[in-house]
Amino acid sequence: MDYFKSKVLSQTETAKGIYLLRLQVPEQQIKPGQFYMLKSWEDDFLPLMRPISVYRYGNGILEFLYRMVGKGTLLFSRLESGDEVDLLGALGNGFPCTEVKGKIALVGGGIGIPPLYETAKTLRSLGNIVDVYLGYKDDLFLVDEFADTCDDLFIACENGYEGYKGYITDIVNHEKYDAIFTCGPEVMMFNLLKNSTLEPSQLWLSMEKRMACGIGACLTCNCETTHGMKRCCSEGPVFRGSEFTMN
Amino acid sequence: MKININGITFKNPIIAASGTFGFGKEYHQLYDVGILGGISSKGLTINPKEGNAGIRVYETASGVMNSVGLQNPGVEKFIAEELPWMKQTGSVVIANLGGGCLEDYIAGIELLNETEVDMIELNISCPNVKSGGMAFGIKADVAYEAVKAVREKCRKPLMVKLSPNAENIIEMGQACEKAGADSLSLVNTFKGLAIDIKQRKPIFNNLYAGLSGAAIKPIALRMVHEVCKNVRIPVIGLGGIYTTEDVIGFIMAGATAVQIGTANFTNPLICKQIIEELPGFMEEIGIENWEEIRGVIQ
Repeated sequence: MDYFKSKVLSQTETAKGIYLLRLQVPEQQIKPGQFYMLKSWEDDFLPLMRPISVYRYGNGILEFLYRMVGKGTLLFSRLESGDEVDLLGALGNGFPCTEVKGKIALVGGGIGIPPLYETAKTLRSLGNIVDVYLGYKDDLFLVDEFADTCDDLFIACENGYEGYKGYITDIVNHEKYDAIFTCGPEVMMFNLLKNSTLEPSQLWLSMEKRMACGIGACLTCNCETTHGMKRCCSEGPVFRGSEFTMN
Repeated sequence: MKININGITFKNPIIAASGTFGFGKEYHQLYDVGILGGISSKGLTINPKEGNAGIRVYETASGVMNSVGLQNPGVEKFIAEELPWMKQTGSVVIANLGGGCLEDYIAGIELLNETEVDMIELNISCPNVKSGGMAFGIKADVAYEAVKAVREKCRKPLMVKLSPNAENIIEMGQACEKAGADSLSLVNTFKGLAIDIKQRKPIFNNLYAGLSGAAIKPIALRMVHEVCKNVRIPVIGLGGIYTTEDVIGFIMAGATAVQIGTANFTNPLICKQIIEELPGFMEEIGIENWEEIRGVIQ
């Protein structure tokens, strides 16, 4: 983990309100599913850095795919090549790619999709069969990229624009898999967990909470688990399904 | 660079503020926290606390609202598991102690008396714990009784952390001084409210939450100035400090040292950067020690 400056290489709007930010960074050690805290403003302008999961990393280029939802991401969306971005990371535990084996499903929803990209690549490189399920509200993104990194790709779109019309959780055939990794809206992930035929300990959920420090000091990103309050930033963001009670 | 508070030497006037810095270990991954003047621990209570459910942090214009609710491992676990590490950093270790009732404070003090903690910061000002903490920090006569009772048991230097929500901050400072406080720190967070208008509900389960950050700095600075003019004991200033200029401003208002809290979130190296900048600043404004500018604002 380090706090350092990076340079914007490029930025593009890849779907409506979804931006791809490419940064030039020193060599990083990153596990799939980890995140960084980002800021592109003076210290006292916006008081909190923004946690964003890594989409892709390689050859000193770190890529984030984020949705513009508020003031911080609005400022990110205005970044141009050559601008500076402060980074703190890599943070969090990431997905436990070496703890699973066999046939793995990755289930992503909305802006929870990007962190599954490196996860898919890593799981496959370890010899697993990897099926990817991507759920969208309307605009699609990263479909071609995922098509190249998984065995089978399934798409669901709430407005029926492409693939299955409805929720992605409707079309996951749990029985086919040895483990499931998921990242997306809490309601989607808990739905998946509740309806799974797998042991809850074989599902891993990547949680998202409001954060301040990002490193485990401030205790604001609390995740209520069966083992008490945990810090999403440093003890997560990835938790086993068995750490949540379903009621 | 050195300062002295209640007989304790701090390497410099920069102290990491309670609640934003844990026990220092997380930030130590980024820099040697032993360079800090002091570290004020995460707010402790006699029994462990799980803290508040629901959203705990929310950004506002130039500010941060929080409602952590004093989540902490309890005084005993702090002493066994966190204190030895904090002590070996070389920074002054301040144990921030909160409580719901007087008995809790006394029980905490009695345990901390027997340790190597350098100083106690008595938190009579947490806005995020119902039926406790801040109740002591609103009325000067209530604070007086609480501080007096703690003082009788406390064998460590006793700093009392004041709430800006006190009815009268000057009377509050004077009451704590009279009750035997060795020093004061101010201000804690301002009680605020954030509303989710779509859901017609407050953002925080606890309704109100504490506001910190740059938004409160001018008010914090005014309160530090007012209290410094009306007490004789050292005052540690905090509230929205982000820059070396801010630190100098608080010292000119009368503060002996400062605490930095929310700014750690926007720049995790901010304390280190300010400590590195201070000697150059002292030279630039032509001073050799802090006494030359302390309290120059009349």
